[in-house]
Amino acid sequence: MEFLINLVLLLFLSAVTVAIIGVRNLFAVVVLGGAYSFLMATLLIAMDAVDVGMTEAAVGAGVSTVLLLSALHLTKTDEAPARHSNVLPIALSVLTGLVLVYGTWDLPRYGDSDTPMNTHVGAEYLERSIPETTVPNVVTSVLASYRGYDTLGETAVIFTAGIGVLMLLKGRRRREDEKEEDRS
Amino acid sequence: MEGLNELAFVLGGVNHWITVFLIMAGLYIIVSRSNMIKKLVGLSIFQTSVYLLYVSPGKIIGGTAPIISDDFAVYSNPLPHVLILTAIVVGVATLALGLALVVRINEAYGSIEEDEVYSDGDWN
Repeated sequence: MEFLINLVLLLFLSAVTVAIIGVRNLFAVVVLGGAYSFLMATLLIAMDAVDVGMTEAAVGAGVSTVLLLSALHLTKTDEAPARHSNVLPIALSVLTGLVLVYGTWDLPRYGDSDTPMNTHVGAEYLERSIPETTVPNVVTSVLASYRGYDTLGETAVIFTAGIGVLMLLKGRRRREDEKEEDRS
Repeated sequence: MEGLNELAFVLGGVNHWITVFLIMAGLYIIVSRSNMIKKLVGLSIFQTSVYLLYVSPGKIIGGTAPIISDDFAVYSNPLPHVLILTAIVVGVATLALGLALVVRINEAYGSIEEDEVYSDGDWN
């Protein structure tokens, strides 16, 4: 049953991706992107990653969609027809796909419990979380206690990106005002 | 028997195959489309496929979410979840920066199509 739900959600995800490739109206692309993110969030919850699923639903389907829609509001909503042939991009992505399939050949099958990543460090965190940090949610204890520096680095990345966005958009209003004055 | 084993091999790796398909789709959109917002959506698909790649091997059939309780004995691996939480937030930060650049380019060139922006420039 678990496997079946996983399979169906994966097929939906691929269908939405194919639709995103084909659609030329950017509004439709953004809305399909939101559907894609919700499917991905459901899939993550089906794979027991509840914290990740909630973050993906809030950030991937919520914040990203709002950002994309506001960018569309400030720019244009239709994609121009393609000018170049598709042969090179298709060849490139198929080549990359073949190399990746070759790379995934030896990876453990879905749902295996006796793989190195599940028996070694993952099991260690599950055992130690309660005695060492008293936090029952292991994802929280790893995020905030064992790997707190990762989270600090993440905050630095968001801060830098925020400054970048502010600097890029800062002059917008001023330039628009100047345009208005020129006209009048 | 041989055929059954092969079927189990293909079905057991279905998360990997779909991950590879999503990476291919994302890469194809980034390379083939000249519209910059579409490119950024392609980049997002590329990024989300990596979430699948990380979280799938941590799932244990019959396990539950890694929240310790007396009622459960088997939990999925919490470590990939933590790494992907970070990746999601960094992904939206890069998306925001990319979109700000697109808005700025649209202001300067009046277009978000890469082809038209290039043909406007002096270097052609």
